[in-house]
Amino acid sequence: MKTRVIHWFKFASPQNFYGLAGRMWPWFAALAGVLALVGLWISFFVAPTDAQQGEGYRIIFVHVPASQMSMFIYLVMAGWAGFGLAFNTRLSGMMASALAPTGALFAFLSLVTGALWGKPMWGAWWVWDARLTSELILLFLYLGFLALQASIDDPRRADKACAVLALVGVVNVPIIYFSVKWWNTLHQGASVSLTRAPSMATTMLWGMLIMVVAFWMYAIAVALVRVRNIILERERHTEWVKHALE
Amino acid sequence: MHWNSVSEFFAMGGYALYVWGSFGVTAAVVVGEIVLLRSQRKAILRNLRNELLSEGASS
Repeated sequence: MKTRVIHWFKFASPQNFYGLAGRMWPWFAALAGVLALVGLWISFFVAPTDAQQGEGYRIIFVHVPASQMSMFIYLVMAGWAGFGLAFNTRLSGMMASALAPTGALFAFLSLVTGALWGKPMWGAWWVWDARLTSELILLFLYLGFLALQASIDDPRRADKACAVLALVGVVNVPIIYFSVKWWNTLHQGASVSLTRAPSMATTMLWGMLIMVVAFWMYAIAVALVRVRNIILERERHTEWVKHALE
Repeated sequence: MHWNSVSEFFAMGGYALYVWGSFGVTAAVVVGEIVLLRSQRKAILRNLRNELLSEGASS
């Protein structure tokens, strides 16, 4: 028997990645489902009432994961885009375009759940605060990426143009992240940080972290399913796609 | 468990609109994305099969 060596670059070809993604996404989807159920249970039945915000704080269990994912997906997307520019690999551009719609949805959710939290706590749906404004710009960057992608017919050229846009936009992510430190914002500071003890009850923290991981798994599953769609569309004239259909 | 009744649970201490609104819109977006991806995949496969069939008929 041959020695089993995993050839990672094998999966850089869309054909091989198509199969791999098809085998992987159900696992991520299942994990996302289970974790979301546990997370929701903690969110509503285990986590205690907040001393200041009553039950209204429970929005945190969707707001924080959505906001975090909106920023993190952007970084991953820009990473793929940059990799594609540097090494001219086809799959990289496809991964970047597979992530963009999900990132845009999370940025949208972050803004909507933030508005629903801001209204009862601050008395306003929206304020032109540094945190909120930079998150809005993130949504516009995602929408710009998608619009640019759609406006260029040749997918390879579209990938390159979008990669430049994605890389330039990366500057916005640390601005969002540090906005609550750099400026005097209405938005509260980080609830969780690596350098000091969290400023919340343990069960609240656990609920939030489990929801964060659930959103992660969901984002990976959805991106894998979408990249499979993109691969099929772009490789439609190749022999392997024709064989895969038969 | 700190809810005394079902109605108390749904009232969310007076924040029902905001809490259920947030979780509702999140659920709607997640379900919507899954449905969209699924129909997208079906449409792509249908188109590819049609293309393949018409190619087979002409050759």
